[in-house]
Amino acid sequence: MPRAALKPAVFLVALLPLGYYGWGAWHDSLGANPLEAVTRGMGTWTLNFLLVTLAITPVRKLTGWAGAQRLRRMLGLFAFFYASLHLACYLWFDQFFAWGEIGRDIVKRPFITVGMAAFALLVPLAATSSNYAIRKLGGRRWQALHRSVYVIAILAVVHYSWLVKADQAQPLLYGGILALLLGLRLWWWLMTRFRMNPPRRCADAPRP
Amino acid sequence: MNPTPAPSEITPPEIYARRREFLRSSIGLGLGLTGAVPPAPTFAAAPARSSYSTDEAPTPREHVSGYSNFYEFGTDKADPARHAGRLRTRPWQVTLDGLVKKPVTLDIEDILRLAPLEERIYRLRCVEGWSMVIPWLGFPLDVLLKRVEPLGSARFVQFVSAVQPEAMPGVARRVLDWPYVEGMRLDEARHPLTLLVLGLYGAVLPNANGAPLRIAVPWKYGFKSAKSIVAIRFVAEPPRTSWMQAAPREYGFYSNVNPAVDHPRWSQARERRIGEFLKRPTLPFNGYAEQVADLYRGMDLVRNF
Repeated sequence: MPRAALKPAVFLVALLPLGYYGWGAWHDSLGANPLEAVTRGMGTWTLNFLLVTLAITPVRKLTGWAGAQRLRRMLGLFAFFYASLHLACYLWFDQFFAWGEIGRDIVKRPFITVGMAAFALLVPLAATSSNYAIRKLGGRRWQALHRSVYVIAILAVVHYSWLVKADQAQPLLYGGILALLLGLRLWWWLMTRFRMNPPRRCADAPRP
Repeated sequence: MNPTPAPSEITPPEIYARRREFLRSSIGLGLGLTGAVPPAPTFAAAPARSSYSTDEAPTPREHVSGYSNFYEFGTDKADPARHAGRLRTRPWQVTLDGLVKKPVTLDIEDILRLAPLEERIYRLRCVEGWSMVIPWLGFPLDVLLKRVEPLGSARFVQFVSAVQPEAMPGVARRVLDWPYVEGMRLDEARHPLTLLVLGLYGAVLPNANGAPLRIAVPWKYGFKSAKSIVAIRFVAEPPRTSWMQAAPREYGFYSNVNPAVDHPRWSQARERRIGEFLKRPTLPFNGYAEQVADLYRGMDLVRNF
């Protein structure tokens, strides 16, 4: 694939989940409880995109494929896109915009609290994703801010785990992948910190 | 909600008959589209209709069988329809023992002959916040319980569901403590609303819904209605149910539908009726308060959740 085609191709692939649920909703093929299916589906794809985004740096370090880096911002924004749809599903299909109820839910239900916190933390990241914002903030501050995605991903997995009735297999799978992705970072950080053969220098510096 | 519906509430037989035609054709349609619903064998005699039935529109058959929690087959609600075909439902025996005068092991064919089947269209409210309207076929559980002559010391009934590892991929994982165990007070089990279910939608009970026999307790959350039952035990103490074992803080022994008592993690005030867009308010005892509230007179329903 030519270099220039990679990003548009990934963009289109990233829209496939939306297409699947849109098609399914239109043709009533999402089963007995389509509203729940769409809500869950958007949540699942938020998690998927969060993990894929977090996998970019490890993939680049392990394979040396610098092209991966050029997809990171777009994938991160897709995580925000699906998170927004997931939140919209909750506000509409679950609560029908009953704001009082929603407020009580956020305070009273830990899995909602955690989900809302994750979304709230995601908003500033999406808002500062432009080159202009990076310039304005400066690389260091921008990077410090965007490290909150680690916390967001942890909150997202906890949100999923606390929602599940009894079968923790799926949340554990997500948690395991996340632990691996964050564990690699910790390992590399320790290697750099104690000057033990860092794999590559200036690995996490954002592109100007 | 009324135990005896007003004459105006009873559907005229000719419309009722056409409804069945409609249902048959929609089942056919479902078959053509998914190929997942095998043609169900029907019973010889047409079942009588019960005054306990609701006149709400039944949930389509493909949803009743295609969207259910039957964790022995997997935790996805599509798993039972996917895997339950392998469940062996013949031969099938049910053991009734414990604190009874005449313990017995009955063959399913004998149970089918115990009483004429009636159709009971019940609401089902799942603890997860969705609900259905289901036309069950069966007879009051008490018909079966009476046969073994429970002793005065029997105060509770325990239901044990089948474990067939070769047919049930879900039991390989200890999501719950198998076999699935449920339980009720004896007077709850003997209540005329508590149905021993042998069929669904005018046909033999599909495997995905707990064939060959299950119970339906319409004023309790769905998980209280044990499926594919192999043993009914009469005991003196409240049996420890599978869900109480899994999460004692979340699932109580009674588990009566109660909009005022939330699940610790989500609200129970409203429910989504399958097929509807807006949620509807959940009713105390799932709308059966008139029939069953007396069973709990003077009890603190928040503590006894």
